[in-house]
Amino acid sequence: MLLTAAAAVVFFPIYTAVVIAIQPPARLIDFPAVLIPRSLDFSSLRFAFRAAHMSRYLVNSFVVTSAIVTAQVVTSILAAYAFAFLEFPLKRFLFALFLATLMVPAEATIVANYETIQRLGWLDTYQALIVPFMATAFGTFLLRQAFLGVPRDLRDAAALDGYGHWGFLRGVAVPLARPTIAALTVFSFLLAWNQYLWPLLVTNDDSHRTVQIGLKALSGASIARLNLVSAGAVIAALPIFVLLVLFQRHLVRGLTSGAVKG
Amino acid sequence: MTRSRRDWLLAFGFLLPSLLVFGVFIFYPLARTIDLGFYRSDPFGGLGRFVGVSQYTHVLGTHAFRRSLGISLRFVLLTVPTGLVLGLGLALLGHQRLRGIRVYRALFSSTVATSVAVASLMWLTLLHPSIGLINQLLVKLGHERIIFLQSQGWALLSVAAVTVWQNLGFTFIVISAGLQSVPDELLESARIDGAGAWARFRHVTLPLLSPTLLFAIVVLTITSFQAFGQIDLLTTGGPLHSTEVLVYHVFTRTSSDPSTAAVEAVVLFVIMLGLTLVQLRVLERRVFYGE
Repeated sequence: MLLTAAAAVVFFPIYTAVVIAIQPPARLIDFPAVLIPRSLDFSSLRFAFRAAHMSRYLVNSFVVTSAIVTAQVVTSILAAYAFAFLEFPLKRFLFALFLATLMVPAEATIVANYETIQRLGWLDTYQALIVPFMATAFGTFLLRQAFLGVPRDLRDAAALDGYGHWGFLRGVAVPLARPTIAALTVFSFLLAWNQYLWPLLVTNDDSHRTVQIGLKALSGASIARLNLVSAGAVIAALPIFVLLVLFQRHLVRGLTSGAVKG
Repeated sequence: MTRSRRDWLLAFGFLLPSLLVFGVFIFYPLARTIDLGFYRSDPFGGLGRFVGVSQYTHVLGTHAFRRSLGISLRFVLLTVPTGLVLGLGLALLGHQRLRGIRVYRALFSSTVATSVAVASLMWLTLLHPSIGLINQLLVKLGHERIIFLQSQGWALLSVAAVTVWQNLGFTFIVISAGLQSVPDELLESARIDGAGAWARFRHVTLPLLSPTLLFAIVVLTITSFQAFGQIDLLTTGGPLHSTEVLVYHVFTRTSSDPSTAAVEAVVLFVIMLGLTLVQLRVLERRVFYGE
């Protein structure tokens, strides 16, 4: 009983957003009857998609997010490999440097980063949204941990077979770390897709704004169009929802790594 | 070239892409931000003359800075304890062995699918003063309407409620994972020894769960200090600055008064640094002595 009540309360905002988004706008003031959908009406979703430019924002979000995720996975694999399998001078110092990046919140550097982007002439470009996030210390640590789990015998065997570092990286280390790479991918996707402050700061026009910033325009909608607010929220959340349903396990690993011993 | 020299080169090559990004977009801007704080902004949003530490002491003494720091702290106090207790409650509910429990767990974690912006918009429809569902419900119950987002008394509370809700999925997932590591045999033997449900929770579950809870507290505190999107979308810092947290204040000053924004950003950095160090300590303990 308590379980059902708790679930109903937690899920209520999501449920209402979906229900309002798929019903005729006028039903919004028909409370509580509005909570039980009577007819399907996609006009709000269609309007949000076309007139409110959500389709454009979605494309931008996909471009930016996939670029960030791809770059983060590649840079993390390379850096993690170096920390896990190679011996080189200043290793401890460089590792500490990676660790230090975790202590600098993005909010603390926006003033100077805004200045940099402005100087590069990157305001209102995809680069501005992508390049600052192409590396991640969190991902590097996650993958280093996975690489350290590769059994020594495998490394020795690979060396005997004449595998160089590239061969070992591509043929052994990366395939063995696949679950961790999947967790990192899902986690990075979620973070990149949901970014708000930075995209808001460095974009001013529709051509590069991401879906989260597109929601800001919708949030100012008049009473008559309050249903658009729900439609926009549903559209922006849908890709993440699909991602979570498909890769739930990986996300849980990503979220709890560190909290619980793997 | 010797084998080890080749390894060195390879290692630096592998680290270079990450180091470049960190250098340009984390370390340089951090140093630059600290430096910007030694200048006065000119009236056009550019950098004025060098004034040294006096700009820091000036900004830290301003009413606007103290007010927004105070609001940030109140926001943390409003969101973190509530979020933790609710997350723990949901995790305990979801930990039972019942038919269909997977459905409940999915519903409890459902808010992780929402971004800050999505959550804010979902709540905008609920909190709207005239046709929001909560106000329609209040009216049906014979209560007066509440102007949630535009009244000084309610705005911060409302934004805090949205934040607690949005983080709930994360808190639930993390604490649930922690609960799984509490051995059933231990609880069972406590039960046989005559410990009631509360005693079992208090003396077995809670101590074993404490590292996880500590982790959740630190992460929630950090996220709470970083709160921005929900304020920008729901209240834009108002009414009368009542929801203007530190990050929001920094944002509004970034292009118009960069040196004030820089000083405040440095304060933010110092606070977060402290919190992150605590977090790392917690994680370290977890890794070395945990379980």
